[in-house]
Amino acid sequence: MPNDQVATSSAPDTAVPIVDVQGMSVKFVSREATVYAVNGVDFRLMPGEVLCVIGESGSGKSVSMRALMRLLPDKAQIAGKVHVSGRDVLSMTQSELTAMRGRDVSMIFQEPMTALDPVYTIGDQISETILRHEPVGRDVAMKRALDLLEFVRVPSAARRLKSYPFELSGGLRQRAMIAMALSCSPKLLLADEPTTALDATVQIQVLILLRKLQKEMGMGMIFVTHDLSVAAQVADKVAVMYAGQIVEMGHVRDVLRNPQHPYTQGMLASTVHGQDRNKDIPAIPGSPPDMRLRVAGCSFAPRCPHASESCHTSEPPRVALGADRYARCILPDPSRGPNIMPQKVSA
Amino acid sequence: MTDTNISLGTADALISEPQQDRVRTYWQLVRLRLRHDKVTLFFGAIILTIVLLAVLAPILPLRDPLETGMINRLKPVGYQGFILGTDELGRDMLSRIIWGGRSSLLMGLLPVALALLIGGGLGVIAGFMGGTVNMIIMRVMDVFYAFPSILLAVAISGAMGGGMMNGLISLTVVFIPPLCRVAETATTQVRGLDFVEAARASGAGPASIIGTHILGNVLAPVFVYASGMVSVSILVASGLSFLGLGVAPPTPDWGLMLSTLRQAIYVNPVVCAIPGIAILITSLSFNMVSDGLRQAMDVKM
Repeated sequence: MPNDQVATSSAPDTAVPIVDVQGMSVKFVSREATVYAVNGVDFRLMPGEVLCVIGESGSGKSVSMRALMRLLPDKAQIAGKVHVSGRDVLSMTQSELTAMRGRDVSMIFQEPMTALDPVYTIGDQISETILRHEPVGRDVAMKRALDLLEFVRVPSAARRLKSYPFELSGGLRQRAMIAMALSCSPKLLLADEPTTALDATVQIQVLILLRKLQKEMGMGMIFVTHDLSVAAQVADKVAVMYAGQIVEMGHVRDVLRNPQHPYTQGMLASTVHGQDRNKDIPAIPGSPPDMRLRVAGCSFAPRCPHASESCHTSEPPRVALGADRYARCILPDPSRGPNIMPQKVSA
Repeated sequence: MTDTNISLGTADALISEPQQDRVRTYWQLVRLRLRHDKVTLFFGAIILTIVLLAVLAPILPLRDPLETGMINRLKPVGYQGFILGTDELGRDMLSRIIWGGRSSLLMGLLPVALALLIGGGLGVIAGFMGGTVNMIIMRVMDVFYAFPSILLAVAISGAMGGGMMNGLISLTVVFIPPLCRVAETATTQVRGLDFVEAARASGAGPASIIGTHILGNVLAPVFVYASGMVSVSILVASGLSFLGLGVAPPTPDWGLMLSTLRQAIYVNPVVCAIPGIAILITSLSFNMVSDGLRQAMDVKM
């Protein structure tokens, strides 16, 4: 069956991006306050590409992803252009949405412990999605669930099919979750920190597996993480988010080797990669801004070592740095040359 | 199963767990746990016996529970073939206890079952919808909560008049609010969990989320709570009959028997206590079985 999936999904119209988001903003309006969670995000994803969204907690990564499926509470207001596989998500009716979710776009959650229903077997839960979207019988759906479990390399899949979530380890649960997400061969897979809750060794296995499955099925994948090494492992493109905006975007190698935005630079400098153990790891001073307030200038300016007067008053422009690469900062000005990098970053 | 030798060296081998030979389904697990719970089994057997006796009452070789005898009034236990003695009108106590079990069990089970349907349903709706719907349903329930349960049952029965049907309705009304509240709490907890969002992300509509994921997780706690209420229902029903608001006099009923026999408490205290003992044993058994079920049905243990 995995072969069928490759056959059906590897021949899409490559001219149409699977995700096309322009000027998307999400705010949560409640009586007490309005939280501006996402403020004008643009990105495109071609079929078969993997985009990694990096950023700290509260930077709007998960909210942006959920907005792609309109999987947000009622008090969330989404604005801008959000197209998924050529269709406008924001104008979809409720029934169009439920038809799309799970079939065209599906999602893997962070906590495999709680993302599976404890009272149903793994097989029941995988076949549930299949039965919902395809006119097949229970036997066929169960058979496909078994194939899917084998497809995600679950050992002794036939037995796991009849197991309850609490009988499986974290890694196996996450695989079951992945099998569930892949059950209807989606064109786009959203992964919300799928490896954060797992052990380091299992993390790598799941990452490699996800990358492999994504290539085999030729689907697009958006991967949310705050772990740079994870991004380096799986991504084609990287989008660095800060305070609800993409501050830097580009090919994974360019961004991680040659970061242009001070936030990306600071984040890379604060990761451990074989430094002298007596040296302190440089951290970014300060804390992220309050998302209930809208700042006039660059949202990173209060923490930025290079901030100038204008950074505090006007929002920095989007500076294009070659094809598919940009940073929202005044620093990567071509006239200032490549010596803007404050610290040497070894990749 | 032939998958015992997974090729080592692959990454998968690292996460393979120790091999278990059998896969148990949920109900097999519950049965297994119950089998080792001797206390629950014992009280379960008592309930079974009581139910069987009540159901089989018409075909058991018993005296007529309505047959009076002026000579044989208030005879002690074991008197001339009256195994449990006779009551104040000379009727056979054994026969009346067994026949009375029918109405007591009915009044114990039926109101709780009805309240489970109505209250549980309302609670799930309130918990799932949240917001205004939740507020309306739960505040209405709070109004009922303002009265103690027995008082409420007495008030409703008193307003509608005696009789079994009215007693049944009043008991159902009494049990709706607590069951609704338990269902609402459980639903609210489940609704916020990731698997509900995961179901939504895989294209499930509200109806199928309630039908599979909410009910699947809410049913066990609500059911266990309801089973604990059966004993309360038996007690309150007996109380209603005792006050003359339940079953009408000639019909045997434990509460009613207790009420009429209480005048004879100085003449023959043992016989007077028998209906009370029947109520005690039945409600205790339901309570114990309810506790055992809760332990056996908890998946996460």
